[in-house]
Amino acid sequence: MTPQPGTPISNPSAIIPKRARRVFTTDHHTIGIQYLILALVSVIIGTTLSLHMRIHLSWPQLNIERILPGSYLAIMTVHGTIMLFFVLTTAPQSGFGNLILPAQIGARRMALPLINALSFWLTALALVILCSSAFTDAGSPLSGWTAYPPLSAVASAGPGQGLGLDLWLFSIAIFGIAATMSSINTLVTIIRFRCEGMTWDRLPLTVWGWFTAALLSILAFSVLLAALVLLFCDRHAGTSFFIPTGNLVNGVIHSTSHPGNGSPLLWLHLFWFFGHPEVYIAILPGMGLTSMILANFSRRRVFAYRTMITTTLLIGLLGILVWGHHMFVAGLSPFATSAFSISSIAIAIPASAKVISWLATTWRSRPHYTTPMLFALGFVSLFITGGLTGPILAQPILDQYLHNTFFVVAHFHLIMAMSGIFGLFAATYYWFPLITATTTKPGRLMSEALGRWHFWTTLIGAYATFIPMHLTGLAGEPRHYSQLAGIPNAAGQLIANLRPLNSFITHAAIFLACAQIFFLVNLVKSLKNGAVAPQNPWHATTLEWHPSLATNSTVAASNEKIAVYRSPCEYMGPEPESFLTQWDTDSPIHSNRE
Amino acid sequence: MAATITPIDSERDRKRRLEDHDHGSGRRPPNDKNDKRTGGGDDGDNWNNRPQGRRGPREKLGRYRLAIFFALAGDLMFFIAIVSAFFVSQASGRYDAYNNYINQWLPTTVPPILWLNTATLIISSATIEIARRRMFQETHAMEEWLGIGKPTSKRAIPWLTATIVLGLLFLTGQWLAWNQLHLQRVFMRTNPSSHFFFLITGVHAVHLFLGIAALMAALIGLYRSRQLENRQILVDCSAWYWHSMGIFWLFLFTLLAFFQ
Repeated sequence: MTPQPGTPISNPSAIIPKRARRVFTTDHHTIGIQYLILALVSVIIGTTLSLHMRIHLSWPQLNIERILPGSYLAIMTVHGTIMLFFVLTTAPQSGFGNLILPAQIGARRMALPLINALSFWLTALALVILCSSAFTDAGSPLSGWTAYPPLSAVASAGPGQGLGLDLWLFSIAIFGIAATMSSINTLVTIIRFRCEGMTWDRLPLTVWGWFTAALLSILAFSVLLAALVLLFCDRHAGTSFFIPTGNLVNGVIHSTSHPGNGSPLLWLHLFWFFGHPEVYIAILPGMGLTSMILANFSRRRVFAYRTMITTTLLIGLLGILVWGHHMFVAGLSPFATSAFSISSIAIAIPASAKVISWLATTWRSRPHYTTPMLFALGFVSLFITGGLTGPILAQPILDQYLHNTFFVVAHFHLIMAMSGIFGLFAATYYWFPLITATTTKPGRLMSEALGRWHFWTTLIGAYATFIPMHLTGLAGEPRHYSQLAGIPNAAGQLIANLRPLNSFITHAAIFLACAQIFFLVNLVKSLKNGAVAPQNPWHATTLEWHPSLATNSTVAASNEKIAVYRSPCEYMGPEPESFLTQWDTDSPIHSNRE
Repeated sequence: MAATITPIDSERDRKRRLEDHDHGSGRRPPNDKNDKRTGGGDDGDNWNNRPQGRRGPREKLGRYRLAIFFALAGDLMFFIAIVSAFFVSQASGRYDAYNNYINQWLPTTVPPILWLNTATLIISSATIEIARRRMFQETHAMEEWLGIGKPTSKRAIPWLTATIVLGLLFLTGQWLAWNQLHLQRVFMRTNPSSHFFFLITGVHAVHLFLGIAALMAALIGLYRSRQLENRQILVDCSAWYWHSMGIFWLFLFTLLAFFQ
């Protein structure tokens, strides 16, 4: 039996101790916070690993923890896997999705609470399995978060490619199942739990972001699961889905025990059919939130609201048609490359429409530069900077040169990692009162002063780290190399010239990581001693601030009817106090309709 | 859509008795004929525009059905991925040192027992459909709602059990098919075609195994669950899953039998 809204879960779980009940709960608010804690732990691990890589690249003589070329790749693999899956997928989609989504559509809970709880614990299990690979004898796998065969199909390809890669496969399979379950929950909630008056075009753009990302998750993670099954069979059942004839790894031909002529390219197709939508799963909720925050602090309607809904869906649709642009150097047919190039460049159209709307919404509006607003503007800035290199890389002829250089690293770190993280920071600062509030305690605001320090240092750190990577990439610095010193000949000379710039990047990366101390201090301080937030601290119009839907509301379980009478973002002029919330009834529009 | 812009107060009253675990969607007869006002197209006609919890006795069922359909859509993508890999592998050969084109794909002959298995699965789809419909038979549902025994469950249990038996028969049949192939020295690792034969039948068997687990859960639910609504959901959702696995099998079997 699922717990009903407002009914304290008392009867069925009376045998279970109170503390366990609080941990293994089906309450969406708690699950949301659990997801955010999981993402925070993951992001700390992931950042530490990236610093290891940077320090090793710049100062190999330090040789911290004796990083061998293999362990460098293992660090890279775990860094990528953790950041992509456990931070950028879980935090916006499942974390804030659980915390905020039900209230934003006027519901008091998610549609499938048990599935929701199960999907969180599966995600946590997946993280544990992934991290446990580091403690096996041979360590974590080396094949990156993309796990390209044939190296990933052969256990003797490297130290972590045995048990380590098996653990990786299990971890990602479990994660995929959990993400699918969570997305089903999100979709059913949005479709079935909207309150009265919450028509599709009145949904806040954040909800549209979650909706599209959930649709993509269902399509993408299933295909990934199929690919993982095939790879597992190649590793353990003697098949050759991905192992080509004459596969020579470490001086041993591996295809004798595997008949047939498998195709590594097949894995690339299946993987990137998942991998590219995955990028949009990470960024779409942030795009929606950016629109809403920019509108709220500019006291303006979102420019071209319906177009923004359309572009969200269009980005989702195009996002599943462009996977081939990750494979330009893998030997696709020229016809396929052209098709994928065209569809990839086509994404610039909805993406530019979004940027135009963000700029038009804020243009000459005298915004209130609160911390969430700053981070939303930072999102726009990073999205433009990172996005501009997109059409460059989408051209096969340029990608041939740039694909395996740091140029690509710079591109996706700016547009996906940094934009995604800025979206998450904006969400944290904006919704902190709702995160901290309980039925007994009021919600709290994060410190604005510390927040501003955090924003400016992070913005400078992000640009200082990733802009120079474009330059080193253009100069030819390759990705995935554990060591840039000691390369012979002209290539070595070329790389040696880049050492000062690389050292600068490493300093900037350390600075960027240290800037997060502001955030952690702010977080810890504000949890206990932050300023007590008023009911609707940002004068927002959306339903998550509704007095009986907000988490600290003692009437949350009441019978109060929730209904919506208007679109979000109805602001009456620049003064913060004059606005109509979605649930306000006394409006000229309403009385006209009567 | 017009109805939602100005909600009517009388419509919005939720008669919930929280102390009694009543969330407002139950406690009405499980009969949506009296209250069904769909299909007209005028204001107030659209069932979905009515407030949550007041959309008739099948609201919760609809939610779970939607969830299972999304899950099945994902599952469909899973099989589509494997089937596309099938065609890619089938078409991929190589040139050897003497410039001969070599394609190692040797079509696997489908063991004839698969035809029997397919028939079993089709019959099981019929039995689960009978069980599913019995859960919704109106006179019985009404009797149950009035407190006169559990006639729907009683009449569904034999058909549900029959489906479980047929499902187990199918799995046994698949196992026999694998054994027959093994006796002919055809193993999973033998050939690209046999990779796919064993992979496709294997992952489909895993899905059916989960389906049988769901049916068993539904069977236990029919005995243990006290709410008619929950029992209907259990049987209904596992039935849709079962039907889908049947349809998936028809496609996969056609692929294995005729498109090698």
